[in-house]
Amino acid sequence: MTDLPPLLVAAPIFGSVTILLAGLVRNRTGWPLAVLASVVQVGGAVALATRAFGDDPVRYVVGGFTAPYGIELLVDGLSATMVVLVAVVSLGVLAYTRRAGPRSNAFYATYLLLVAGLTGMSLTSDVFNMYVFLEITGLAAYALVASGEGGESALAALKYLLVGTVGASLFLLGIGYAYVATGTLNMTDLAAQLAAVGYTSPLVRASFGLLVAGLFVKIAVFPVHTWQPDAYANAPDSVSAFISALVSTVAAYALARIVFTVFTVDFLAANAFAQSVLVAGAAVSIVFGSVLAVMQTELKQMLAYSSISQFGLVVGAIAIANGTAVTGAMIHLVGHAVMKGGLFLTCGLVAAETGARTVEEYDGLVERFPLGAGAFAVLAFAMVGVPPAVGFVGKWYVALGAVEAEAWPLAVVIFASTLLTLAYFARVLERMYFREPAAPAATVDPAAEGATAEVAADGTGSAPHATSLGMRAAVVATAVLAVALGVGAVEYGQLLESTIERLLA
Amino acid sequence: MMELLSTRLYYFAAFLLLGVGTYMLIGNANLVKKVIGMNIFQTGIFLFFIVVAFVDGASPPLLTASPPYVSPLPHVLILTAIVVGVSLTAVALGLVVRIYHEYGTLDEDAIERVIDGD
Repeated sequence: MTDLPPLLVAAPIFGSVTILLAGLVRNRTGWPLAVLASVVQVGGAVALATRAFGDDPVRYVVGGFTAPYGIELLVDGLSATMVVLVAVVSLGVLAYTRRAGPRSNAFYATYLLLVAGLTGMSLTSDVFNMYVFLEITGLAAYALVASGEGGESALAALKYLLVGTVGASLFLLGIGYAYVATGTLNMTDLAAQLAAVGYTSPLVRASFGLLVAGLFVKIAVFPVHTWQPDAYANAPDSVSAFISALVSTVAAYALARIVFTVFTVDFLAANAFAQSVLVAGAAVSIVFGSVLAVMQTELKQMLAYSSISQFGLVVGAIAIANGTAVTGAMIHLVGHAVMKGGLFLTCGLVAAETGARTVEEYDGLVERFPLGAGAFAVLAFAMVGVPPAVGFVGKWYVALGAVEAEAWPLAVVIFASTLLTLAYFARVLERMYFREPAAPAATVDPAAEGATAEVAADGTGSAPHATSLGMRAAVVATAVLAVALGVGAVEYGQLLESTIERLLA
Repeated sequence: MMELLSTRLYYFAAFLLLGVGTYMLIGNANLVKKVIGMNIFQTGIFLFFIVVAFVDGASPPLLTASPPYVSPLPHVLILTAIVVGVSLTAVALGLVVRIYHEYGTLDEDAIERVIDGD
């Protein structure tokens, strides 16, 4: 099983092509094949992860060209976490898409292509290879966003494509600068060579700036987030959940990889300005993301802005760059993926059951649809950071790291972020539990189906349809996981210890 | 200044292309022109890599040619990046076609009006 790392990237691509070909013979064969591929992916990812959480990372040289000349795959605690997260989330979302759709074979082929891109980004130890996987991820994500009905999803996808391409191109330009400075593309080798060139060299500084700017676009950090709310809000519900849980998460992982493995903490120490840029991006994202989230009337838009604020927290932890904060960043990345993916799925479930899509329509939801209201409440409280949920543990570690590093301004913003998160979730929770349902038209009523279908047909999502057991199970599973992961998070932090020590050495 | 310009002409060209591309992406309301702007932006980066690899008076990296050689690696990278760029353009144009079918226009402001209108 030494060939496991490249197989984890190749298997979803193979599955994707198979689904596309199967679609030529028989339509709607995509779902079972995608489930099969995802189950295989989960198995492989877990098998790889058991080997990666050791004292030594798993290294694999592609095609027999030895590093630093060939492409190297490197699996340590961080990448293993991402690979398992991608595999598990993609399988979980599939349970939801069976009834909720989209159902075409092309959709599932693209879906697996996105899994392959994300897995590749997590595993690679070569910066140009990372760019290629970044673009594969991007292309698949643009196509998935456009799989919604109506023109608005196509428009959102085009906007996402244009902004995302500029981000990825800046990343490529940053790679160019690093290559000019050192003549290598291997991450481990780059770390040594960049140190030899000198951390204050303009070429190295420019390279850092461009790489970080490119990844900021992909993570959706505040001033360059413009693609994200439209893309999340106009995509089909299952796609919103899938993309919000994984795409920015893996981009944030890539930022950690670039900052710690390629440039190392010594670079941050030598360039106070570089660290300030990261801190500023984090603080502005946390504050403005939350403020914009409070102002939204549509629920999916609100959740999208909430992601900007939560990723500010992760970027902040990377800027602090000590063991506690980075552990917190990883826990929060995993936790956010489960919580935000779950919230989007809950939104989709509620819309399918009752037709409610705006904050106002959530009035008195607990009477109409207790399951949806309950899951939403659990996930919202987890996101705010109520112990023992995973949202609490992640934020706690990051805040503790900020205090340890004596980064007081950032520490204040991180603590305030909890209140800010509460600000936008509290108003939804209040409406769900303490208000009467507004209009009888919004209740579940077969006669009202037609009316709600018209509301939903304007491109904001698919029309209300019967919900399936799989959809409910996926939502309940995320709510349970959001709490259960919080209990296991401390052990996971200890498991990561050796990896993070090596990363920050 | 003139000397810098004459010795670094290709770098100036590369960054000029980046600027023109960015301006087209932001300043144009027409969606197809935005896609063209994205292409010009990428072309600037391609040119940058090719210029970086060039060595004055060097021969192509073939065993039959005499050293010094031009660095072949950036060329290979850019070959890959061009393929990525072509796929991006294909997806973008596919989306543009769908948007045109839906709204009957490619002008961003006009589409905005259609969305607000209904």
